[in-house]
Amino acid sequence: MDALMSFGQGIFGGIWPAVWTLIKIVLIVAPLMLGVAYLTYFERKVIGYMQVRIGPNRVGPWGLIQPIADGLKLLLKEIVVPSRSSKAVFIIAPMLAIGPALAAWAVVPFTDTLVLANIDASLLYILAITSMGVYGIILSGWASNSKYAFLGGMRSAAQMVSYEIAMGFALITVLMIAGSLNLVEIVNGQGRGQFADMGLGFLSWNWLPLLPMFMVYLISGTAELNRAPFDLAEGESEIVGFHVEYSGMAFALFFLAEYANMILVAALTSILFLGGWLSPVGFLPDGILWLFAKMSFVLLLFLWFRATFPRYRYDLLMRLGWKVFLPLCFFWVIIVGVWMITPLNIWN
Amino acid sequence: MDFPTFVFFFLAAILIFAALRVITSRNPVYAALHLMLAFFTTGGIWALLQAEFLAIAIILVYVGAVMVLFLFVVMMLDINMDRIREGFWNYLPLGAVLGLLMVMEMGLVLGAKYFQVPIAEAVVPAGVSNTKEIGALLVTEYVYTFELAAIILLVGMIAAVVLTYRGKKTSKIANPNQQVFVKAKDRMRIVQMPVEKD
Repeated sequence: MDALMSFGQGIFGGIWPAVWTLIKIVLIVAPLMLGVAYLTYFERKVIGYMQVRIGPNRVGPWGLIQPIADGLKLLLKEIVVPSRSSKAVFIIAPMLAIGPALAAWAVVPFTDTLVLANIDASLLYILAITSMGVYGIILSGWASNSKYAFLGGMRSAAQMVSYEIAMGFALITVLMIAGSLNLVEIVNGQGRGQFADMGLGFLSWNWLPLLPMFMVYLISGTAELNRAPFDLAEGESEIVGFHVEYSGMAFALFFLAEYANMILVAALTSILFLGGWLSPVGFLPDGILWLFAKMSFVLLLFLWFRATFPRYRYDLLMRLGWKVFLPLCFFWVIIVGVWMITPLNIWN
Repeated sequence: MDFPTFVFFFLAAILIFAALRVITSRNPVYAALHLMLAFFTTGGIWALLQAEFLAIAIILVYVGAVMVLFLFVVMMLDINMDRIREGFWNYLPLGAVLGLLMVMEMGLVLGAKYFQVPIAEAVVPAGVSNTKEIGALLVTEYVYTFELAAIILLVGMIAAVVLTYRGKKTSKIANPNQQVFVKAKDRMRIVQMPVEKD
């Protein structure tokens, strides 16, 4: 590593830190994009097996090259810009959707040292950046100059704004007991406790004392991602989504953003509630592989939801967010607050 | 010019451009989008001043929530530009006076002695969390003002609900609470019938 540093210093001189950061960004984004491609393959295979089908198996061995073929097809398709639409906004909207999905990865820690930017308020940063994702949706709906796309955009945007609140409150309980906004410290805090001392680390992670908030976070995360059973944007048969007017790569960008966000939410769930890179039992070492295993589990849950639950009706979706999750979150913030000042406090 | 100065001028240029476009663009949606850009750039400038909590808060609150609702409204308005521009020259003197007043107020605040922050003092020592400091101040020194602001917001919220409440809904709205508790025997009756023979 030192040799690499001095080698880079020799070639680039003063701008080496910037180049080194760029290299790190590529090292995060390139595997992420590969992960997105293979998540689509994985989704089709998993749902196929759950529905007693085989799934993609034509392109390459076991259909493994299918995502590459799909990507190539979308790249070669024409992007149709509707007449009298707002062209600049129409093109910018998909970029606004995918930008936050990638920018949020800047503060996601993979181990306690392997993180691009270990800033103090990393959880706040993630909340702020992911809240920008809604612009891609609302602007694509407006710029399309189509009333169906517009209504779909409004619907999806209202859904995202509603569930963001429940998600934010679930996170407030996490940072109350961690006493920090830093993701590395939140994970390290989960490694301490009575059970962790007994070698049963997985029982001192946040999912157990905050079980209701864990459920709220997971379900709100699914809704925030516009994933089944909350995928009203994709319910072609009954209701029209915000991206009806999009085609080719512009359309693909929305899907890239959705899958990148899925992996992000999986990573955040693992970090905030499932102990991140910590090992579940005392006799095994901590490591990045645990984080990937937990992320894969959460991603599998998302796919499993899609194969299991029927789609929500829009009024029930709003009811769940505002009338069920929000009061539950308020209640739990108070419970955790009271719990923390009683002698029963387990997070000293 | 060192790097932070360059970043400041870069952000400031974008901010001024965006702010100008907010008041000059003809399409209200573009104006709202430029306002969003202006908020975002302001966040960048605050981050440059090491006020990371405020920088993230303005993006989270204004860009992430307030502007979305603003866009909702602006997109659905049917705005006739000729009607709006009708009284422009009549309102101009009043607007100019108000604008001048605001510039003077801003100048007085910025020129005041207590507002001058020496750069050396603004450097935050390592290990001090911006968020924690603001939180501690809010619930100790400024707790009454903080609670007062919360009450005003609550009053505003209730007022908005009261203003838009149009009486009880008469539509046959489904009650999910009752739907969940329905049992098969509530809806279905099993009838025994003798087999018909002919």
